[in-house]
Amino acid sequence: MHRDDFNILNTNIIYFDNGATSLKPKCVTDSINKYYSEYPMNAHRGDYNLSMLTSNLYEKSRDKVKEFINAKSSKEIVFTSGATESLNMIINGYFKHALNSNDEVILSKSEHASLILPFMELGVKIKYADLDEDYKLSLDNISQKVTNNTKVIALSHISNVIGDKRDIKSICEFAHKNNILVVVDAAQSLGHTLVDVTDMDIDFLAGSAHKFCGPMGVGILYAKEELMKNIKPVTTGGGVTSSFREDEIVYKDYPFNLEAGTRNVPGVIALADTIDYINSIGVNTIEEYVSDLRKYLITKLSKLDNLDIYNKDIDGSTIIFNVKGVFAQDTSLYLDKKNICVRSGDHCDKMLHEVTGVKNTVRVSLYFYNTIEECDKLVEALDNKNILEESLGI
Amino acid sequence: MDSNIKRELILDNFNYPNNKGLTNDPSYIKKSNKNPSCIDHFDIELKIEDGIVKDIRFDGEACAIATSSLSIAIHRFIGKSKEEVLNIIDNYKKMVNEEEYDSSILEDLLAFDEIYLQESRKTCATLGVNIIEDILENN
Repeated sequence: MHRDDFNILNTNIIYFDNGATSLKPKCVTDSINKYYSEYPMNAHRGDYNLSMLTSNLYEKSRDKVKEFINAKSSKEIVFTSGATESLNMIINGYFKHALNSNDEVILSKSEHASLILPFMELGVKIKYADLDEDYKLSLDNISQKVTNNTKVIALSHISNVIGDKRDIKSICEFAHKNNILVVVDAAQSLGHTLVDVTDMDIDFLAGSAHKFCGPMGVGILYAKEELMKNIKPVTTGGGVTSSFREDEIVYKDYPFNLEAGTRNVPGVIALADTIDYINSIGVNTIEEYVSDLRKYLITKLSKLDNLDIYNKDIDGSTIIFNVKGVFAQDTSLYLDKKNICVRSGDHCDKMLHEVTGVKNTVRVSLYFYNTIEECDKLVEALDNKNILEESLGI
Repeated sequence: MDSNIKRELILDNFNYPNNKGLTNDPSYIKKSNKNPSCIDHFDIELKIEDGIVKDIRFDGEACAIATSSLSIAIHRFIGKSKEEVLNIIDNYKKMVNEEEYDSSILEDLLAFDEIYLQESRKTCATLGVNIIEDILENN
């Protein structure tokens, strides 16, 4: 779908690494070019017309994000550099001050490093919820780890390796009945499936624009307003204070107290265009299309006897596998010779192998501009007994 | 070296690498390294006595080029003096980086004489020897 919107798809590449980052449509690159050529000013710094125009576009993007995730107020949205910074701000700006040494956080071993590591650095007690036989994370797995000391459940909406979508609404409902807060890493779900923070009753959420056709270096931090009030600045500097003296700092109100220094202004403005673009296609349409495409691809790949596929029964956008006897990186380099871009490695999830027993895999991650013809070319390339030999390039 | 022989050498050394498995013997010097640009990772143990490389062992997960180049290098290095090994490594790295090098001392390492044509494979081809070089230069 919508392949004409992406200049790069006019080349011969087949891009199956959407879990790492998505391609950028012309409307997004046009938006960035327009900023630099027509109003390349800082936001919230000048009173002249061009600076006001830039500031207004920046704030309109905040309103757009609010609508996109159905937050109650634009004051619940902070712009960051990406989901990683958002999660670090949530954990170090809020939970560092809200948790004590007896409090427990529930994670799973299929979470991204950017969710696990900040909690590890915080030194709180972490309990890892078990995964099902097919490596999915369910509410049952989580509830088994809850004790009177559990204060946080932190999980991705869609896991970046296995690709399972978690029932966030049920998890939040369960958590809140037990006075537990929920942190949702939505890096793989925004623009891929419906995210409604109000309906799901999410407490904290993090996302990255570049995962759903937006610019690099722009992230979203959402927190319910009563929680946003209590996030302390992790980074301070220009733009976050209304005044300071030798003995006093007076911070601006949220969310501005959390956006220190010059922000990625063109990226934030282009995020609004990204959201318009995604909405013009429809998130539900995207999800259904990708789900059908994955079903097609998994059916074809399952017929190849040289593959070990690890997440066959997931309804999502990723497929992780290995070619028997071939190291994952060699497979990705072999496919690269056929202009097929896939990811190999642990995909920033260093602990999942403790559950799956497989450290490195090849990951194919689909998005709406991928096609059945591209899937057929992947299957054709993998239906080869000499992949290792041909990967050498010698 | 003929391309068929190169491929055969590389695949043999990937599938059946020399000296895989660590001894955990304290008389060995141990060092690990991970390729920053990919997922290759090696732990290497090296035993040196009277300036002679007596043994090298390794473990880890890595691609065919990284594993085979280390395996071939280990076979080439054992029994050589520290200076000889460092000289071979220096010339091998020059070859990988498309610089002037002495081909007469590389033997089977010449299987990688065209690896410079694949930018992403250059770090794979040097991951293992870089660890050995680091051990020898610092001990």
